[in-house]
Amino acid sequence: MSQLNKQSTIVTALISIFLAMIIGSIAMQVAGYNPFAAYQALFVGSLFQAFDLGETIRTTTPLILTGLAVAIAFRTGLFNIGVEGQMIVAQLASLLVGIKLNLPPVLHMIVAVLVGGIAGAIWGFIPGFLKAVRGVNEVIICIMMNFIALYLSNVLVRNWLSEQGTDSTPKIPESASLRVDFLSEMFDSSRVHLGIIIALIMAFVMYILLWKTKRGYELRAVGYNPSAAEYAGINVKRNIILSMVISGFFAGLAGAGELLGTQGYMAIQSAFTGIGFDGIAVALLGANTPIGVILAALLFGVLTYGSQNMEHVAQVPPELIRVVVAAIIFFVAANISGILLGAVKKKRRAKES
Amino acid sequence: MNAVEMVGITKRFPGIVANDDIHLTVKQGEIHALLGENGAGKSTLMNVLFGLYQPEEGEIKIKNKKVTITGPTVANKLGIGMVHQHFMLVQPFTVTENIILGDERTSSGFIDYKKAEKEIQQLSDQYGLKVDPRAKASEISVGMQQRVEILKTLYRGADILIFDEPTAVLTPQEIEELIEIMRNLIKEGKTIIFITHKLKEIMSVCDRVTVIRRGKVIDTVNVADTDENELAALMVGREVSFEVNKEEAKPGEKVLEVKSLVVEDHRGIHVVDGLELEVRAGEVVGIAGVDGNGQSELIEAITGLMPVKDGLIQLNGKKINILGTRKIIEAGVGHIPEDRHKRGLVLDFSISENMVLQTYYKPPFSKGLIMQYREVDKYATRLIEEYDVRTPSQQTLARSLSGGNQQKAIIAREIDRNPNLLIAAQPTRGLDVGAIEFIHQRIIEHRDKGKAVLLVSFELDEILKLSDRIAVIYEGKIIGWVDPKTTTEEELGLLMAGRSKKEG
Repeated sequence: MSQLNKQSTIVTALISIFLAMIIGSIAMQVAGYNPFAAYQALFVGSLFQAFDLGETIRTTTPLILTGLAVAIAFRTGLFNIGVEGQMIVAQLASLLVGIKLNLPPVLHMIVAVLVGGIAGAIWGFIPGFLKAVRGVNEVIICIMMNFIALYLSNVLVRNWLSEQGTDSTPKIPESASLRVDFLSEMFDSSRVHLGIIIALIMAFVMYILLWKTKRGYELRAVGYNPSAAEYAGINVKRNIILSMVISGFFAGLAGAGELLGTQGYMAIQSAFTGIGFDGIAVALLGANTPIGVILAALLFGVLTYGSQNMEHVAQVPPELIRVVVAAIIFFVAANISGILLGAVKKKRRAKES
Repeated sequence: MNAVEMVGITKRFPGIVANDDIHLTVKQGEIHALLGENGAGKSTLMNVLFGLYQPEEGEIKIKNKKVTITGPTVANKLGIGMVHQHFMLVQPFTVTENIILGDERTSSGFIDYKKAEKEIQQLSDQYGLKVDPRAKASEISVGMQQRVEILKTLYRGADILIFDEPTAVLTPQEIEELIEIMRNLIKEGKTIIFITHKLKEIMSVCDRVTVIRRGKVIDTVNVADTDENELAALMVGREVSFEVNKEEAKPGEKVLEVKSLVVEDHRGIHVVDGLELEVRAGEVVGIAGVDGNGQSELIEAITGLMPVKDGLIQLNGKKINILGTRKIIEAGVGHIPEDRHKRGLVLDFSISENMVLQTYYKPPFSKGLIMQYREVDKYATRLIEEYDVRTPSQQTLARSLSGGNQQKAIIAREIDRNPNLLIAAQPTRGLDVGAIEFIHQRIIEHRDKGKAVLLVSFELDEILKLSDRIAVIYEGKIIGWVDPKTTTEEELGLLMAGRSKKEG
């Protein structure tokens, strides 16, 4: 946790990415694939055509929001590993607004997004409340809440929301969708949607909240040193709860965006999507800063979407890209770049003297 | 023979030279003091000797033989032992288990506890350490924990012992005992290097003293040929006044009134047990007592950090024990906390952010929901200047300041709010004479503004110097009041140990 909380500079991030890609190419070489062809396919396939760029942005969108969700909790000294579950309940809530309410366009969409965010916030409130009032470890509660969310949504979808004879719900109407024509056209009818605008706005909101407001001062004080915050008369419990609520709201927006922008419906899920868990890695790589999170999410978006093209073009299985992702996390968390830079500096000093 | 000879030691850290061409010679069988302000480089030098740091230049000779000390294990082999300021004991382990940890001697694969216990008992008797090898570390006093640390080094065969500010955590009686132990060690042929910035202790026990200032050796002198004033001047680089200049107190209205206060700790024990206390405007009331007699809990109860079980706390005639911490602060209580890292500062905040820890939500530091960091910076810059906080800028993280400057920052913040009641807990712990002098002046100035000051300290000197009245706390109660002008350290010591005061 303390390691995760540490600031990683842009240099740390770049060195870690570079080292991770080397590890990835070794893995590819061992498995009998050509790493150069693979990486070429990965980047060309995710960035060089309007359609692919649009899809990459679509993949990046929820990662920005889950990354921000994790980062904001980190800043208050909390580890929100429940982003996954908060996304699921948000999807459920947005779906219900989408298919059960009849509202005019735009308003319908706004209500659906907000209700999704609020659902995520409520799901985040529970572990925050238990942590603050009962002293329960938020990590354990969050993990349990993930499973509750997953199976609750499966039960509801199967028994109540699915259409006869299928295991998925009807699609949300056009009026609640985040997809807009001008974006789709700009990116060659890819599925990019307004969620990216929401994500970028929320990154800015996080910056303002943490570094410009009184509330942000309190949240950061509680995160760095709850004892000192208490000494100063800051209500530590309230800030812990609030931090989880805000974090859950961000996660909820990620879920709402996925449902209202990308999928349009819900189906029985056998496992978590992993977008929430990737948010932890994004926050870590992005050093819990808004800009860092956006850039890290973009990288993860490129890797995730590009790995599909890699499979088509270079016949490299996309699982190998998860090796790269895992290696990035490893290098950042273990601060390998710090060790390397330290060694370089030492050598340089030795030479000078 | 020279036990230790350090020749031209230079150790650099990014941005500073911690040790600059230091020469130190310690003779066999002497107690050699290493004196210097905080951050002067004493600990760095000893860490070099103990193998924790590698010097960039210089060489070390142990018993006239040149050595390279690459780590604590090597140091141990050379007979060097270190008693750290912060004890490193495993609390649930017994004394024996703690001492053999890392040096477990086995017979046919099993640890022979009986034998170890016997050896430790022998060592303890030989040096008069009075340690029970079977006691649990969590159940023994601070003084005994320290003696366990000493035993640890002796068990490993050390004959050169480094004591890193050993008296900082001890009561006056325990300090006496430690000094006795040090004499015993010397009698048995050991050599001691004694890191400290307490001049009195140097005068009473050391043979020679090496003064270090800003990483350089200023001088090495025989203790017999010098006095406290000269040493202080050598250490700080200017004349230091030990006396606090203060006029007679002019006590006014009652500011703080505590009536039959009971505070329970998490185990349900009454750590403050029917305590009565009164502090008036314009006076300093000192609370003397051995650590753990309810001082911390008393302060936490007054400041709303711990719930009050029973009793009454009044500030200017208004009941405050039901208010939360923020309301109590707003009612005019300033608090210099005993643990500056735990309570006093958010170490990863800038100095600037730390300066408004209790006032950030008020104008001019914020408007509506938005913080006005420009105003915060302006305010911080003023405090840094007025209270002589040495920091590169107001944006520097509190973490990177020295202990003395961190404490000055806290004192600036608390006194500048001009509280009716200032609670100062261990305000100068771990600080050097220069910083102590400054802080003492500020506390007296605050009193002279007609404010009440409640001082809690384990340093009897400090209590005696600053207080207008002294209350002695024992097992959660005030068991006696004494007049600092007429009392003695002996009388205080007895009261602190729980003997009630003889009348007349």
